[in-house]
Parts: sequence; C-alpha cells; structure tokens
Amino acid sequence: MTGKTALSRAQVEDRVLGVLKWLVIAFLAAITLLPFYYMLLLSLKPIDALLLDPGSLWLSAKDFTVSTYQDVLRSTDAGGQGFMRFLLNSALVSLGTVLLTLAAAVPGAYAVSRLKFFGHRQVSALFLAVYLFPATLLAVPLFVIFARMGLSSSLVGLAVVYVAQTVPVSVYMLKNYLVTIPYSIEEAAALDGCSRLQTVRKVILPLALPSLMATGLYVFMIAWNEFLFALLFLAADPGSWTVSLGLAQLSNGVEVPKTVLMAGSVVLTIPVVFLFFAAERLLTEGLTSGADKS
Amino acid sequence: MTTAPAGAQQRRTPSPRPTGGPGRPGRRPATARSRANRAGLAFVSPTFLVVLVVVVLPIAWTVLLAFQDAKLVDIQGMGLFGNWSLDNFSDVFASAGFWSSLKTTLIYTAGSTAGSVLLGLVAALALRRPFRGRGLLRAAMLLPYVAPVVAVAFVWEVALSPQYGIVNDWGSRLFGWDDPIAFLSTRAYEVSFLGAHFDIPLALLTVIAFECWRYFPFAFLFILARLQAVPSVLEEAATVDGATPLQRFRHILLPQLMPVIALLCVLRFIMTFNKFDDVYLLTGGGAGTDVAAVRVYDFLTARYDVGAAAAQALVLAASLMILLGFYFKFFGNKVQEEA
Repeated sequence: MTGKTALSRAQVEDRVLGVLKWLVIAFLAAITLLPFYYMLLLSLKPIDALLLDPGSLWLSAKDFTVSTYQDVLRSTDAGGQGFMRFLLNSALVSLGTVLLTLAAAVPGAYAVSRLKFFGHRQVSALFLAVYLFPATLLAVPLFVIFARMGLSSSLVGLAVVYVAQTVPVSVYMLKNYLVTIPYSIEEAAALDGCSRLQTVRKVILPLALPSLMATGLYVFMIAWNEFLFALLFLAADPGSWTVSLGLAQLSNGVEVPKTVLMAGSVVLTIPVVFLFFAAERLLTEGLTSGADKS
Repeated sequence: MTTAPAGAQQRRTPSPRPTGGPGRPGRRPATARSRANRAGLAFVSPTFLVVLVVVVLPIAWTVLLAFQDAKLVDIQGMGLFGNWSLDNFSDVFASAGFWSSLKTTLIYTAGSTAGSVLLGLVAALALRRPFRGRGLLRAAMLLPYVAPVVAVAFVWEVALSPQYGIVNDWGSRLFGWDDPIAFLSTRAYEVSFLGAHFDIPLALLTVIAFECWRYFPFAFLFILARLQAVPSVLEEAATVDGATPLQRFRHILLPQLMPVIALLCVLRFIMTFNKFDDVYLLTGGGAGTDVAAVRVYDFLTARYDVGAAAAQALVLAASLMILLGFYFKFFGNKVQEEA
C-alpha cells in the first residue's frame, strides 16, 4: 500500500465519519427531545384535538388549553384527579428518605473511607453486594412484615423501604468523595483540639457538601421515581398514593382523558428534571480544590 | 508526610499533656491502632445496623419463606420456622411458563444491555469533540435516564397506541401501513421480506427498545468520561503513523474503553435482569414479555402465595449469580481492572 492511497482512505473515512457524526447527533437529539416535547404538547390540548389529528406535532392557538392541568391538580372532591395530594405525598416520602438515608450513610461512609478498623474492606463489599439481590426479593418479606405491623399502607413504611434501597449506594458515593479530602486537613483540625466527632461535623461535612448534595439528590430521584414498592404497599389506599403510583393507576382506566394524564406526567417529571439541572451546575464547583494548598 | 497512625492525632481531653503518658512509650502505636479500630466500628455500626435490619434480615427471611408453605392469610400466626418443604420450588419449576419466562428474561436482559451500551458508545463518540450546542445536547440526553419511569412509559404507551398514537399515524402516512400496529400487545408480528415470512416478537422488541432508550445515557456518561481521559498523544502518534480514523478507533480507543464497557455490561445486566417497572408499565407482562420479576409480583398480589413468590425470586437471584459466576470466571480480570 503506498502512502498516497492510505492518505486517501483516511480522507474518505474522515468525510464519511464527519457526515455520520452529524446524522448521529441529529438522531440522538430527536430521540431524547421528541418524547418530552410530545408529552408537553399533548398536555396542553384537549382530548378532542388529539383524537381528531393524532399525528400533529404542533399546537394551534385555538386548541391551547391549561384546563388539563387544572383538572389533574384539583382535589377529587372538586371533581379533579387529586394530583396535588399525590405531589405532597411524594414530596414527604422523598424528603424523609433523603434525610434518613444521609443520616444512616454518613457515619458509615466516613468510617469506610478513613478508619482502618477490623473488617473495613469486607463492610464496603457487603454494602455493594446488596444490589445483587433483586428488589423483588426484598419486596416479599417487607410486604409481609408491613402487613403484620399494620404499616402496609403508610408513607412511613414506604420511606423505610426506600432507605433500604438507597443506603448502600449512598455509602459508596459518599466514600468515593471523602477519600479525596486530604488527610492533612483533619490533622490540622485535630491539632486545634477537635475530637473525632467535632472534626466530622465541623470540617469534613462542610467540605463534603457537594457530595452530600449530589447523593441527596440522587436518593431523592430514586424515591420520587420509584414505583414497585409504592404499588405493593399503597395501591389499596388512594389517599396516600404517590404521583408515580397515581399516574400509573389512573392510566390503566379509560375514564380519565389521556391529555389530562399527560399533564399529570409533566407535573411528575418537572420537579426531578428541574432539580437535576439546577444541581448539575452546583456539583461541578469543587470545594476542596484549593483547601489544602495554603 | 501524613503517615501518622489514624488515631495518633486524636485528643479527647483538652489537657496539654500528651496521651499515653511518659511511663509506657512502647505501647503507643498499638493503642492508637486499637483506638482507630474502636472509632471505626463505632462510626460504621449505625449504617451497618440499618443495612442489617432493612436489607439483610428481610433477604434472609425470604430464603426461609421459600421453603415453607406460606400464604399471606395464615402468615399472621406462623412462626419463623416449621413445615419445611421443597413444594414451592417444585411448584415454581413445574408451573406453566416458567422456562419460557426465564428465556424471555434472558433475551430481554441481553438485548437491552447490548443495545444501551452500544448506543451509549456511539453517542459518546459523536459528542467527543466540542461543537456548538454540545453542552445543551449532553444535558438533554440525560433526560430519559432522569425522568420518572411512569411518566416516560406513559408517553411511549400513548405514542405507540393504535388508536391515537403519533407513531401509527405517521407510519400510515409516510410508509403506507395498512393497519395500525399494536406495538405493545402483539406477541408475534408477521413480516414478509424477499418472499420469506418471519414472526418477530414485536412487544418484546418494543420493550427492549424502551429499555435501550432509557438507559443509554447511563452508558454514555461512563464512556464519555473514560474517552476524555485517553491521552491524546496515543491518537496523534497513530495519525502520524498513517492510521485511518476507523483503525485508530479499533486499535487505540477500543482497547482503552474495553474495561469500562465490560463493567457497564455487568452493571446493566444485573439491573435489567431484576427489572420490574418498565415491563409492567408498558405491557403488564403480556404478549410475550412475561419476565421473571413480573411473575414474582403476580404470585404475590394475584394469588397471595408468599412462599411461591419467595421461591421464584430466589430462583431468579440464583440464576443471576450463576450467570455472573460464569462471566467473572472468563472475563473477570477486565472488570476488576476498572473497579
């Protein structure tokens, strides 16, 4: 093969890949954005407009309506679908889960990252091994226990289950961040007379704030999006449905118009997406980067 | 310079005298180590307790339940032990559709894992170099992964609906489909291609497509991060030596990415194998998409047969372990490198 043909092959590949790259980018943009655009679009039109022209990709001014949102948010007593109540339930469960999970995970993560105690290697492996077991395996005994304790349709029981699901991954995430905090900072705190607990509270936790936020956010997303356990525990009691469960249960029936439920999907999706993008920027600012230099 | 033993700098009392005292200088390192040991155990015990109570004990109880004849109604008066039997397992293995469900689970898991990792790889390669709007697209691509599964499953359900779905409407307009296609409730769709007739498992393929769509951002994030850590001198050297872009990908980038791809495959395989929500929400487990996790749910809620549900869940976990065992036996070193 001469140098000239090799060069031309490289040129051909460059051209083809150059075009292909833009095709791929356009394809990716289409598959990620179109479904969400479609969700928003349908939530803003009455059901008749959807049935009349299912293929339309835009919204004409005469069809535009926000009554779907009013309908979906209004309480059931007022003839709506009661999503306001579901939103409150979801928020309570998710925030409770975040607080409980962080409280349970921070000491463990600190110990695993810093202290050479007996069995510190095995512990972190054990925490991760939990994910080998399917959630359904956990579902059976918890279902029975909660049925026994009378917690089966309570939000507290649900939060406890979510804590079980999120503690292991939280320990893992926090540990990965804590090992990057220089040890000399802790030594400095100790020289200034801090006890181990004070060091954790006054030095490590503030420095680990970005990681705490990220972990908390991740836990919040898991709890907010979760469906299986909500279905198992709360299906019988519409008053304590979470948004996910409410939407899934109502979409099984035929009596609620699809566009109203689409408004419900938007309401369900917006908090998570908003939080995610708000925090993505915050998380990129490293806090420790300059802490050890002076 | 920071090699002092973990407990050495710890001072509980504000007294200026160093702990340990001048009398026994030889024992100080041991004391420091044992103190770190004690502090470590004290710090880890709350977390450990939570994991033990809400994760380990329930799983252990599942194992017990699987060997007992347990229905939800009479579980109130039942003790932890007693009436051991293998009935649940023989029921599970003999029950209609057990083997086909296992096969469906395998196809679903393998297809979704391969598809999402492949799509993630392609996306990472396409978004590797900066261009206008790259940050925006990168953020948008995380949407399917971040959004609640119930919401996106509902959007897919509506979009694919034979009556009012946009896909069928455009399909009949652009491709001239005669009849609307019920993507989520067709077990076998007949296709003729070059005179030959095939049956394709349409509902299963649709569910796999959903899974790929939802999880390719996960693979994309991992692969892009690794891609940006590949030293650029490697590729520059290869370019100077006359390697074409495809050759550079095959011989420079791919070997660098292989460990993270292997890790992703394992992670996605484990998660998809146990997946319940996606299939349940899209098809309810009908039309040839009866994955094992949905069967556990059916045992539990439709028949209140706790023992059979536990046995089925256990069989599922055991098959996953066996598959992973095989994997780690043959490809284990690659994953360990990355982890």
